[in-house]
Amino acid sequence: MGNTLIEKIIMKNTQKANVAPGEIVTVNVDRVMIHDIFIPFVADKFKEMGFTKLWDSDKVVLIYDHLVPTSAVEDVRHFQIGDAFAKEHNLKNFHKADGICHQLMTECGYAKPGDIVFGTDSHTTTYGCVGCFSSGIGYTEMASILGTGQMWIRVPETIKVRIDGKLPENVTSKDVILRLIGDLGADGATYKVLEFSGSAIDEMSVASRMTMSNMAIEAGAKAGLFAPDEKTCEYSKVKMEDVAWLKADEDASYVREMTYKAEDFVLVCACPSQVDKIEAVSNLKDIKIDQVFIGSCTNGRLEDLKAAAEILKGKKVAPFVKLIVTPASRSIYLEAVKAGYITDLVEAGAMVTQPGCGLCCGRACGILTDGERVVATNNRNFLGRMGTSKVEIFLASPKTAAASAIAGKIVEA
Amino acid sequence: MEQFTGKVWVLGDDIDTDIIIPTEYLALKTVDDMKQYAFSPLRPELAGLIQDGDIIVAGKNFGCGSSREQAPEIIKHLNIKCVIAKSFARIFFRNSINNGLLLIEHPTLYDVVKEGDTVSVALNDKITHNGVDYKINPLPDNLMEIINAGGLVKAMQKRNGLR
Repeated sequence: MGNTLIEKIIMKNTQKANVAPGEIVTVNVDRVMIHDIFIPFVADKFKEMGFTKLWDSDKVVLIYDHLVPTSAVEDVRHFQIGDAFAKEHNLKNFHKADGICHQLMTECGYAKPGDIVFGTDSHTTTYGCVGCFSSGIGYTEMASILGTGQMWIRVPETIKVRIDGKLPENVTSKDVILRLIGDLGADGATYKVLEFSGSAIDEMSVASRMTMSNMAIEAGAKAGLFAPDEKTCEYSKVKMEDVAWLKADEDASYVREMTYKAEDFVLVCACPSQVDKIEAVSNLKDIKIDQVFIGSCTNGRLEDLKAAAEILKGKKVAPFVKLIVTPASRSIYLEAVKAGYITDLVEAGAMVTQPGCGLCCGRACGILTDGERVVATNNRNFLGRMGTSKVEIFLASPKTAAASAIAGKIVEA
Repeated sequence: MEQFTGKVWVLGDDIDTDIIIPTEYLALKTVDDMKQYAFSPLRPELAGLIQDGDIIVAGKNFGCGSSREQAPEIIKHLNIKCVIAKSFARIFFRNSINNGLLLIEHPTLYDVVKEGDTVSVALNDKITHNGVDYKINPLPDNLMEIINAGGLVKAMQKRNGLR
């Protein structure tokens, strides 16, 4: 019996000849990520546990993003504690305003193919886009890794998702992952790994795959994995021969196999207030909107800004709609400036904000109130996520979001 | 074997971490400052009504969403004795164990229990409701070790010779 991709990663890490789902193993952690919201709690727990030294300060990444720039005076305390922690432990991998943690982790090469990475954020699953096993944990568990470099995990079952063919025009990886979450349900992959393959997946850019691994958690998954290919190697700056082992065996055993024809996918939204409440955009008639958000660790990359700019170039956002655009990182922001996308977006009426988590986590930069409706490219439409509990959030692709901003209602790109 | 009895609050399916504690309150200084806002998007009055030793019974996928550990911590600080649900989200499950909050998975109890009912729990053995016993699966040994140590902090303190 062969092994799945996640089993291969765990076997290599633990130097075991074989592992099987359900087995509890201790892994050596290759990298950890802590963000500004949780650093005070991590620092407290680390001390309380009796640790004084990090197991390996090069393997620790501290990123400020949820509170950047601050929107309340209490937020500053998080930076003061983070700064002190970084100084005390001589942290070199430290970003104060460079972008959203999940973007920076692969962009800066902290999370590489075959690594095992944990972060204090549920969307840590994002690094699966380069074949890295990464998952979210809480701050107590993070504190124990900082001291020991190790963590126990249960070897997960794997759901194989195979998509062959060519996606229809304007259908993006966001539409694909939303449909998959709808089919799986918000808990359909709980404790399990989603392993993506097929010719439609091969065609996708690393950025598009990132959108899918980012949202794997929305079906409850522990990871959303893509086997590395040439595109991955170029993005992650690794050699194909060094990552060739990172693929599932032909005879690997899966708990479920889902097979799709790429041609069957359509533009979709996740309707309020559940990520698995999926509806075709063509079925959503005359849903007037107040705001559009294009950004986040799900869809704030260059190809997303490009897609939105191409639709908005030379047009105007509907007069009653606020369009907020948040690039996922400083480097993406700069590239989008150089490519002219930011000019196109601003001329169309967009407000462009500093890269960060602000609106997606309901803290800043465009929060909404009762009765308002937003089309957003981020990953969660939970009750109260982007403002009050009576805000309606429709999750969609950047193309749908941009087209809707012009129309003033939800429409297909 | 530990046994306890408590009054039930019933919540639905997919109770997410933004419902348990919205992000806007996460920068408050302590979990005790935050706990009054527990479940506020869904039932703003609930946190004030919960009494020591009460039990939450919920549907599937309890605790889905973010990795915020304040979610199980707040439930623990409200002195909820345990959460019984059809299933739990992965990160919430780990965070609860690490904080010593007891979680029990049961596939059918949610379908029969009503808010205000009383249930009794015999740890790792059974739940009793209206005279009917519902068998529960024991937690794996490695998780019981953390719970028995009183949570992950205490387990690490022991490792580091602080206890």
